[in-house]
Amino acid sequence: MQYLVNVIDYRSESGTAEEAEAIDAFNEKLIAGGHWVFAAGLADPTTSTVIDARGDEPIFTDGPFVEAKEWAAGLWIIEAPDLDVALKLMAEGSKASNRRLEVRPVLAPPA
Amino acid sequence: MRRANGHDAYDATDASAAADAREAPHARDAHNALTRAHRDEWARIVATLAKRFANLDVAEDAAAEAFASAAERWPSQGIPPNPGGWLTTTAIRKALDKLRRESTRDARHPEALLVTDTQPEPLEAIDDDRLRLIFICCHPALAMNARVALTLRMVGGLSVPEIANAFFVQDTTMGARLTRAKAKIAAAGIPFRLPDADDVPRRVSGVLAVLFLIFNEGYLATSAGSAPVRDDLTAESIRLAGLLRQLLPLDGEVSGMLALMLLIDARRAARVSPSGELVPLAEQDRRLWNAAQIAEGHTLVRERLASGQAPGRYQLLAAINAVHTDGNATDWAQVVALYYQLVRLDTSPIVRLNRAIAVGERGDLGAALALIDDLEPELSSYHAYHAARAHVLLKLGRIAASGDAYDAAIGLAGNSAEIAYLTRQRDHLSGK
Repeated sequence: MQYLVNVIDYRSESGTAEEAEAIDAFNEKLIAGGHWVFAAGLADPTTSTVIDARGDEPIFTDGPFVEAKEWAAGLWIIEAPDLDVALKLMAEGSKASNRRLEVRPVLAPPA
Repeated sequence: MRRANGHDAYDATDASAAADAREAPHARDAHNALTRAHRDEWARIVATLAKRFANLDVAEDAAAEAFASAAERWPSQGIPPNPGGWLTTTAIRKALDKLRRESTRDARHPEALLVTDTQPEPLEAIDDDRLRLIFICCHPALAMNARVALTLRMVGGLSVPEIANAFFVQDTTMGARLTRAKAKIAAAGIPFRLPDADDVPRRVSGVLAVLFLIFNEGYLATSAGSAPVRDDLTAESIRLAGLLRQLLPLDGEVSGMLALMLLIDARRAARVSPSGELVPLAEQDRRLWNAAQIAEGHTLVRERLASGQAPGRYQLLAAINAVHTDGNATDWAQVVALYYQLVRLDTSPIVRLNRAIAVGERGDLGAALALIDDLEPELSSYHAYHAARAHVLLKLGRIAASGDAYDAAIGLAGNSAEIAYLTRQRDHLSGK
């Protein structure tokens, strides 16, 4: 199954060169193990725009959908047979990125 | 003691069967056999089914239905020669029936129907199943209160109302907590297998934390209005620790936990006075202590000492309690030495508070007070901190300060026996 891994941060673009290097090495390992699906860093939440087009006209609002002290500063989508494998892998990811991570299952597509 | 009787259906059925003993001569035997089977086999049956169907809901429902069937049939048809096997086979059949009904409705579980054999598995595999079940219930991805509830339900076989009652929450709240935990296990992909060998020690410590929490809630209930000692919970946690030791006989901390629980629980009868007041260790009537439990605990502690391996925190706590229960009085110098060893593994303020108390009991009152006062920033809202301080201040002759500390302790304590004890100590001070 697939897991979305949110990289939790409270500062903007706070990654250091050493962290970037460690994350690259960790990504290589994910790829080699067949776990890598996608990964990306995210721009600061102040750059977000919220769209609400449930009414007649779409409304665009500046800022993230929820104001929070912490936010997702990046993400991985990984493939793992179960949560224990995902947790073990991403414990290394937490070390490499020097951030806390949130591991969340992606719902399986309907059969 | 009040033991879990498992599925509620069989209590009612059994009561009506027992009422007409002439028609059902085996009713009493059947009831006993069922109670025994429930105690010995529940976890085994749930574990076997959980592995087979990879679904805790299916396992739990089918096991409960099998016990309900047994309650209906055993009184009239006799007790089967192998009750555990009968219950397992019946539970598997119930689960398959249910999945078949569901699969004809929406074809959701066709794969489950491919498994139709009902051969009992070799004992070793089943033991692994039970251990696996314990690890699932105590998975670190679950909230602590969910782990406790799941362990009592799936491994202990307590009913939802019994668990709700033990933790003073509504049945519906406890039911929802269990449902949420099982839903997370399924949705997040918590696996039905043993952790990797290198993960086992870490995961075992999580399991032990769950068992100790259950034990402590039983031993010193914190909920308002509860009985001071909940022996249903202490007995259940001791039973579960014994089961874990059967499954992991070489894990020193597992043995340490079992020894610790036995040595603490052995003092239960002497711990609360007939008037419902906590009796401190030194004033307890040692004749009321459970000698068999103490002997068993001492044997386990000696076994761990003989292993030559460095003890973990539960083994050290067990050793401390072995000293408390050895001879006619506690050798406080030994206890202090053990606490200094424990502080190196566990620097928590509670451990440091207990070390300070031991230092005071050994006679170093000034040192004890200094150690206690150091903990003020961390423990000022914890009743035991103030109680310990009050005790030392009293011995130092600082009566007014001692009275203030007792007041603070009484205001923060939650256990009725403890409040009664502290109140008497304070009133004694002021000559009331």
